[in-house]
Amino acid sequence: MSKYIFRRVVSSLLTLLVVITLTFFMMRAIPGGPFTDEKAIPSFVLEKMNEHYGLNDPLYIQYFRYLWNVLKLDLGASYRYEGMTVNELIAGSFPVSFTIGAIALVLSLLAGIPAGIISALRRGKWQDRLAMIFATLGVTVPGFVVAAAFVYIFAWRLGVVTVGFWEGISTAWLPAVTLALYPAAFISRLVRSGMLEILQQDYIRTAYAKGLSERAVIYIHALKNAIIPVITYLAPLTAGILTGSFVVEQVFGVPGLGTFFVTSITNRDYTTIMGVTIFYSALLVAFNLTADIFLVVIDPRIKLR
Amino acid sequence: MYDPALFEPLLQEQKAGAEHIRPSKTYWQDAWHRLKRDKLALLGLVVIVLVLVLAVFGPMFSPYEYDAQDFMISNEPPNFSHWFGTDMFGRDLFVRVLYGARISLAVGFLASFINLFIGVIYGGISGFAGGRIDNIMMRIVDVIYSVPMMIYVILLMVVVGPGLKSIFITLGVSYWAPMARIVRAEVMRLKNEEFVLAAKVTGASPMRILFRHIIPNAMGAILVTLTFSIPGAIFTEAFLSFVGLGVSAPMASWGMLSSDAVGSLAIYPWQLFFPAGAISITILAFNFLGDGLRDALDPRLRK
Repeated sequence: MSKYIFRRVVSSLLTLLVVITLTFFMMRAIPGGPFTDEKAIPSFVLEKMNEHYGLNDPLYIQYFRYLWNVLKLDLGASYRYEGMTVNELIAGSFPVSFTIGAIALVLSLLAGIPAGIISALRRGKWQDRLAMIFATLGVTVPGFVVAAAFVYIFAWRLGVVTVGFWEGISTAWLPAVTLALYPAAFISRLVRSGMLEILQQDYIRTAYAKGLSERAVIYIHALKNAIIPVITYLAPLTAGILTGSFVVEQVFGVPGLGTFFVTSITNRDYTTIMGVTIFYSALLVAFNLTADIFLVVIDPRIKLR
Repeated sequence: MYDPALFEPLLQEQKAGAEHIRPSKTYWQDAWHRLKRDKLALLGLVVIVLVLVLAVFGPMFSPYEYDAQDFMISNEPPNFSHWFGTDMFGRDLFVRVLYGARISLAVGFLASFINLFIGVIYGGISGFAGGRIDNIMMRIVDVIYSVPMMIYVILLMVVVGPGLKSIFITLGVSYWAPMARIVRAEVMRLKNEEFVLAAKVTGASPMRILFRHIIPNAMGAILVTLTFSIPGAIFTEAFLSFVGLGVSAPMASWGMLSSDAVGSLAIYPWQLFFPAGAISITILAFNFLGDGLRDALDPRLRK
């Protein structure tokens, strides 16, 4: 067990190292320096700036310095926002994304799991059909379309919400619902197929034969195993919510990390792009790791490699 | 005890009467037969063919050019001469959506085929070689799997710069890992079959066995994965165009048309409706077809 966890931690760290290395060299591969601009910067200013950011050193020194700084959790200074570090920028905007993302995560689980159970239990009936129509729509309509449609209906037509600024939880609901649609649809499909498979197994028949109520069989015995694919899906789910937040935040005009990331792409703010990429990746790798360990703890059938 | 009459050859007519075996069907005929009974999958196939035909031939028959601007008729609602209305530059939206279909479908198909190519070679070699080589190759895939791909696609687009060619390359080199895994699993399953042994005995080289004997037998799983990866690529292209990393104006893709429309959503909502509808219907069609194909090509999975 501890050996497995150790190996997973090592491979996660390796993934992070690959991520940092890849990000660093990809950013350096862009033709032109970070200060290349339409209007020419005087050469002595450029020289001074290169000197200041350490861009005159050999590449491998720059790489190891960057790696060391990342290890110290220092993502460097922004090239575009003067006097701001990437850390400060992330600290300022991530809480907004986190609020929206956390609500979306909870919503998608709260909607997806019951929908999956119901459609599996009422297989072929109207409840199943309805749930699966929604599940199919949820995975086929792109997030930005849903976001735009919501803004149009709720903000412009009905006027029940305001978009374009941030006031904490009250402005987080609509973006969160938008973000939750795709994962909720996906989760309901996962739970449905898991349930259908498990309900045919011998141990379920045994549980019924013991005289347990249907409620106990389904919610205690069957659900426990049907939920496992959902836990495996948690890490990609987080990834989906994170990347989905890029467009959703933009459409709703929410000042979160997603909006900020997209802006830094348009601004060619390289250190910020690198910093946010590494931040996101670290978050995901951590989620992956947690989900994997959690799975091993709850499911004794998984063989430890 | 020996009756020569028992060993008399039958006459031709008698033989025909004794044949009760149904005509043998190939794997693909069988699959097609099953697919034909799946109404949703057929609907998906029909919609995809329709969209393809419209994308290729539609713009030729339109009286408008996709990039012809006319400020006298900007932002018109849908009417008889402009079925989907016009955009802020007075460009006909119907022809732009059709033209966008070309770009979006081209991205979907081409990127998926690059993925297919890389994934089949990588997964094939990994599964066929086995042992340490397989172990190392799969560890690499594991690492790629745990990297948030979308962020890397964005990063790669920043590096190679926006444009159609960049999208092909970026999506092509980014999403081959699932294909590699599936091909590997199939190769592992098939490589101990007897037909592989037979090929080995006749002196076929390993590469020939892999690509002429094993991979064709894994085609079913590969085709299903391909069908699901095409809408994935269309989705990703739409997303990239939406954040401003897609094709550049005056070209049009569905994602870019949607992105343009969001800016003026409050006043001209139909500008979003048509490209968004086109994306959704196409992805829906691919999903239906993929589900049907999976059921048809792999009877073991059917419930």
